[in-house]
Amino acid sequence: MRLLVILLTALLLPESALAASAEELGLAIAAQADASDRGWGDLTAALSMTLRNANGLGSQRELRVQILEITGDGDRSLTLFDAPRDIAGTAFLSYTHALTPDDQWLYLPALKRVKRIASANKSGPFMGSEFAYEDLTSSELEKYRYTLLRTETLEGRVVDVIEQRPQYANSGYTRRVVWLDQAMHQALKIEFYNRGNALLKTLTLSDYVQYLGQYWRASRLRMVNHQSGKETDLTWRDYRFRTGLSLRDFDQNTLKRVR
Amino acid sequence: MPKPAGLGTHEPRATAFATAVVARPWAVIALACLLIAAGAYGALALRVTNSYRVFFNPDNPELLAFEAVEKTFTKNDNVMLVLEPLTGDAFTVANLSALHALTEGAWKIPYTSRVDSLTNFQHTAAAGDELTVRDLVAAPATLDGPALAAVRATALAEPILAGNLVARDGRTAAVNVVVQLPGRDEQHEVPAVMAAAATLVQQIEAQYPAVRIHLTGVVAMDYAFSEAALHDAQTLVPAGFAVVFALVAVLMGGVVVGLSTALVVGFAVAAAMGLAGYLGYPLSPVISAAPVIILTVTVANCVHILDSFRRHWVPGRTRNAAIILAVSGNLRPIFLASFTTVIGFLSFNFSEVPPFRQLGNIVAFGDLASYALAVTLLPALLAVVPLREPQPCNQLAAGFARLVEFVIRHRRTVLLGSCVLMVAVLGNLPRNRLNDVFLHYFDQTTAFRRAADFTLAHLTGLYHLQYALGTGAAGGISEPAFLGEVAAFSTWLRAQPEVLQVSSFSDTLQRLNQNLHGDDPHAYQLPATRELAAQYLLLYEMSLPFGLDLNNQISVDKSLLRLVTAIQTLSSSQAIAFNERALDWLQSHAPHAKTAVGTGSILMFSHIGQRNIHSMLVGTSVALVLISGLLLLLLRSIKLGLISLAPNLLPPALGFGLWGVFNGDITLALAVVTSMTLGIIIDDTVHFLVKYQRARRTLGLSAENAVRETYREVAPAMLCTSLILIAGFAVLALSHFELNAGMGLLTAIVIGVALLLDLALLPTLLLFFEDPPDAPAGHLTHRTPPA
Repeated sequence: MRLLVILLTALLLPESALAASAEELGLAIAAQADASDRGWGDLTAALSMTLRNANGLGSQRELRVQILEITGDGDRSLTLFDAPRDIAGTAFLSYTHALTPDDQWLYLPALKRVKRIASANKSGPFMGSEFAYEDLTSSELEKYRYTLLRTETLEGRVVDVIEQRPQYANSGYTRRVVWLDQAMHQALKIEFYNRGNALLKTLTLSDYVQYLGQYWRASRLRMVNHQSGKETDLTWRDYRFRTGLSLRDFDQNTLKRVR
Repeated sequence: MPKPAGLGTHEPRATAFATAVVARPWAVIALACLLIAAGAYGALALRVTNSYRVFFNPDNPELLAFEAVEKTFTKNDNVMLVLEPLTGDAFTVANLSALHALTEGAWKIPYTSRVDSLTNFQHTAAAGDELTVRDLVAAPATLDGPALAAVRATALAEPILAGNLVARDGRTAAVNVVVQLPGRDEQHEVPAVMAAAATLVQQIEAQYPAVRIHLTGVVAMDYAFSEAALHDAQTLVPAGFAVVFALVAVLMGGVVVGLSTALVVGFAVAAAMGLAGYLGYPLSPVISAAPVIILTVTVANCVHILDSFRRHWVPGRTRNAAIILAVSGNLRPIFLASFTTVIGFLSFNFSEVPPFRQLGNIVAFGDLASYALAVTLLPALLAVVPLREPQPCNQLAAGFARLVEFVIRHRRTVLLGSCVLMVAVLGNLPRNRLNDVFLHYFDQTTAFRRAADFTLAHLTGLYHLQYALGTGAAGGISEPAFLGEVAAFSTWLRAQPEVLQVSSFSDTLQRLNQNLHGDDPHAYQLPATRELAAQYLLLYEMSLPFGLDLNNQISVDKSLLRLVTAIQTLSSSQAIAFNERALDWLQSHAPHAKTAVGTGSILMFSHIGQRNIHSMLVGTSVALVLISGLLLLLLRSIKLGLISLAPNLLPPALGFGLWGVFNGDITLALAVVTSMTLGIIIDDTVHFLVKYQRARRTLGLSAENAVRETYREVAPAMLCTSLILIAGFAVLALSHFELNAGMGLLTAIVIGVALLLDLALLPTLLLFFEDPPDAPAGHLTHRTPPA
């Protein structure tokens, strides 16, 4: 009898109500993932970035990253460039925001000046790589609208496949499709669809390590651009959490001092 | 079955063959249908190609260089949306709004990776320690008079925009859309891009009635290539069939004969296109000319049989007997005629351009197929279709009788006159020049050509040369010495008369240096140290929005830099010379550019045009030697063989002389005309000389009477086949694709000239050498030729 009622309801309900429920489910799952990754405070890590063009010719970049978790806004990050040699000592400070352009400063050692960058570059490539800023920065809940597409298994793991539609006006994407691991609440794969709604890039995240018994971080990220045939690999090392960083360490005046 | 009457010399085997065909016509027809159906089945595999790259061998050095540069940077396949404000000023709120909407909309075109226009140009400005990088026109509706003037001033002063995406007079602007075609589904990718672009254009034109938008760029050109192929296939092929059918019907005695011939050549075309499909040939515009060429050259085979048939079907002889006579008498001559034609077309295999090699093979096969069909299917059809006995055409015969008497009587005047005329025409040969302006492959009726002409007249050049300068070391492009050379090279390029615009990263760096020094105009200089340049580059790279990265100018490891220059429409030799000048300049002025490569589609077409001429010279020579050797073997007379050279070699030369007078541009297609026409025009010479020789040797006639006899026998058929050939190639000349049109026109001219020479020059030459003026005329005995 109960089953019959559910079936009848499903049949009689307008389609929008069903769609809304997929959206609600998507939002709920995203909110759960967001909640599970709160409270880590701050972190430092080292990052290697390998760029390859369609010929397979590569270029290596070495960076150090410090990130401060901010509640109620996007995180703050400080990126120090170590290699290539020409840009060693350059430092990049960023206050990310969900729906407005990020605040960014760059310290150029050769000019010995801090320059504030005002641009709509969130959708732009990070250091000429296949990663856009918006692919790398923290994922605040309000950045997207969510729809649960389906639940399936990916490489033996149960995942929710969620469509995310960016709310930032200048985003380079119409949507992303995320394969979200149900156990870790972390993405295993993300597909990016361009403004013409064609598959542009695929990100694969692997070698997840759990820190502080709670926070999962992927050690290897590979972004493949299907349009240009270019690829970027990110390798994260030396994750340290709760190192005691504070807002003062993410001040534009600290930019010149950090080494 | 009646025995064929003994007219001329007939081989018993040929007669037996013809008799067998006529005895079982329906079996022959059924077998032909089956075989052709199996052959034509392959045509289902034919696919229209959408790329100009089909014109190049996969190992073509210029193509390889071009693709290597593309792989290092990004592909530059583009659609250019050229905006023409009807009010004549791009810098108004309405027109900038249209341009802005066009720019934003262009992102939705499939495979788009980059969209550039003056509205989304990343304008850098300094305010204290803040570097602003943003769209030059983000919200056009909000711009007032001073703001519009500021946008105009910035855009027209920006070397990357002016003369490229906005006209230097500010009256025209453009959106450049770079697409990355995956190349997986060639049939649909280019049409999908063009369809989306056309829809966008319609939308914007509807929304902003005061603008017109023209579509050009590489993808538009690729699309025009496939459109040209389809258009030719859809219009010229039916037209060709109609013309051939009508001519055969009129000249050869009726509608039924015309339809039978159309069926035979149609089958030959089907079999040849089937072969093309089986061989996996892409359907390029050049290949789409194959059906028209096949039906034109192969109808000659049928005409010879039809003509004999008509002459043999006299009162007192049955229709079948006439057919047997016609077939057995022509079996060898038309085989030889086909054979020479096939040699001519097979010599296309020497061409550098794959579509022409493919065209040669397809037509050669079609001609062989038509030979087989002309001696089987055609007689079988003639045996069963309803026919009336033909009426002899006395008018034509009388006309030729008068003509031959005129030629014989005024032989010296005719000979001298033709020589003078020919020298005059040949004097124009040097007026021809190698010139593959591939934009002009499309005539003015095509939308692409009109858009290209508009863009050339009002905005920028459509030919681009790219210079990839390598430093040999990762990060090397930040070296001040190298950057200085790059800047000097840009300056040198801009000073060249051929150059319309140069996009160079050195300009961007100079502007950044100025921005980071408080917008001080004196700081419009290159950064002084390598670190500073690298850090500027990083700063700029980090501030660019989606789709506007630097990969199109800088390699990922920052060891190579690419400059792009728009140049005027140049001829092949001018383009090659310009590139050599630029590379020479780099060689002597830019020691830090360890490698320098100049590429661009114009260079590819220029080089291939030159190489194609050279390789086709070899091909034509080979064809000439083979065909002349065959002729000598057939005639067994050195003298006649040498005399035959005149009406065979002179028509192509005269054709090119006339071409020099009226056109003068030698394109890829014209390089194959000589060997093609050689194989075709020799047929008439063969017919004439063989009949002449028989008249002399077998019938023992004097040179004069032999010429009369030969004229009577072959002139009508020569006229008919030539008229059909000229008509068929004239149909090809109607193509909107210049390669096909030019090839058709020149071939028609050559065949027309050949007909004149065969009817006027050849007899006078024969009379001159075989019946010298000092000898008594009208001698009846066989004479030994003078040494």
